[in-house]
Amino acid sequence: MELVEVKKLQVQLDAFAGKDVYLHLETTNGSYASHFNEGFFNAGAFIRNVVINYELGKVVGDSPHRVGLKLPHGWVYAQGITHYELDDQGRLLLAGHDGTGKLAVALEISETPFSY
Amino acid sequence: MTIQQERHVLVVFPHPDDEAFGVSGTITTHIQQGTPVTYACLTLGEMGRNLGNPPFATRESLPAVRKKELLASAEAMGLTDLRMMGLRDKTIEFEDDEKMVRMMTDLIEELNPSKIITFYPGFAVHPDHEATARAVVRAVRRMKDRPTLHGVAFANDTLEKLGNPDVVYNISDVRTQKMNSMKAHISQTAWMLEEMEHKLQQGDTETENWLMQERFYNYRWDEDFEKSF
Repeated sequence: MELVEVKKLQVQLDAFAGKDVYLHLETTNGSYASHFNEGFFNAGAFIRNVVINYELGKVVGDSPHRVGLKLPHGWVYAQGITHYELDDQGRLLLAGHDGTGKLAVALEISETPFSY
Repeated sequence: MTIQQERHVLVVFPHPDDEAFGVSGTITTHIQQGTPVTYACLTLGEMGRNLGNPPFATRESLPAVRKKELLASAEAMGLTDLRMMGLRDKTIEFEDDEKMVRMMTDLIEELNPSKIITFYPGFAVHPDHEATARAVVRAVRRMKDRPTLHGVAFANDTLEKLGNPDVVYNISDVRTQKMNSMKAHISQTAWMLEEMEHKLQQGDTETENWLMQERFYNYRWDEDFEKSF
């Protein structure tokens, strides 16, 4: 993965617009957050291989960036994006890695389903 | 306590590396004693958060990394019967509960273990650990002749609620194998190992004891976590 360069990532987001794409979206504090810090309110969400078709995708702000996808009847967005990669299977993988190297958020789109 | 000779030992954990810190010395010792050991690892830790910064892997490439590490850990322990059960990290508690019990029952019926090692339900912290522990306990509960069931417990209230572990093994003889098992999972354990080695170098006896002793609780059927399932 490489650090997000807004102009480069924007080109990639544009390339998937108007196509049926599989979505992976997750936010997480890790399953041990309330173990190491009792009383910590641990929340997160996960969605994988739901098909969407966005008309507009935008990456905004300084790092960590925000990325939003406008759908005909809704929205997808993620904040905290630091890195991205177009992998060898042509999938656009975006992720937010904190200072300790832990993933905090991921937003991925692909024309084929992500493996199980 | 000395580690007893067993007919067959079945180890069930959800994530690659769950075996390394608390159980790899015990597994290695059983294998050296000639006891067949089967390790059923339910997922490939697909949702691991340690991906580095700069990242060394992506959410999509991590499973292959961790599979390789799991195989290396098995090799470090001398384990030859590793079963990768194909579930997905962080989803075990959402699987059908009876399906999970069936998976454990199938393993038990095939292997006829005299001892099973898994997490202790209620004291295992991670939802996957808890779901794994529940499935194993339920499968064993249904058996007429129950094998020994050893649970790993590390929730913050373990000492308060369960007291001291009733099974403590000193695994100094297989220290190297244990270290190698932990090192095999380097993508997930690097930061922990660094901290540990620093403490060991300073002669920290607590860390030394933690490393050389593996602790288990015999499952308390008279204080079963549920009346029935």
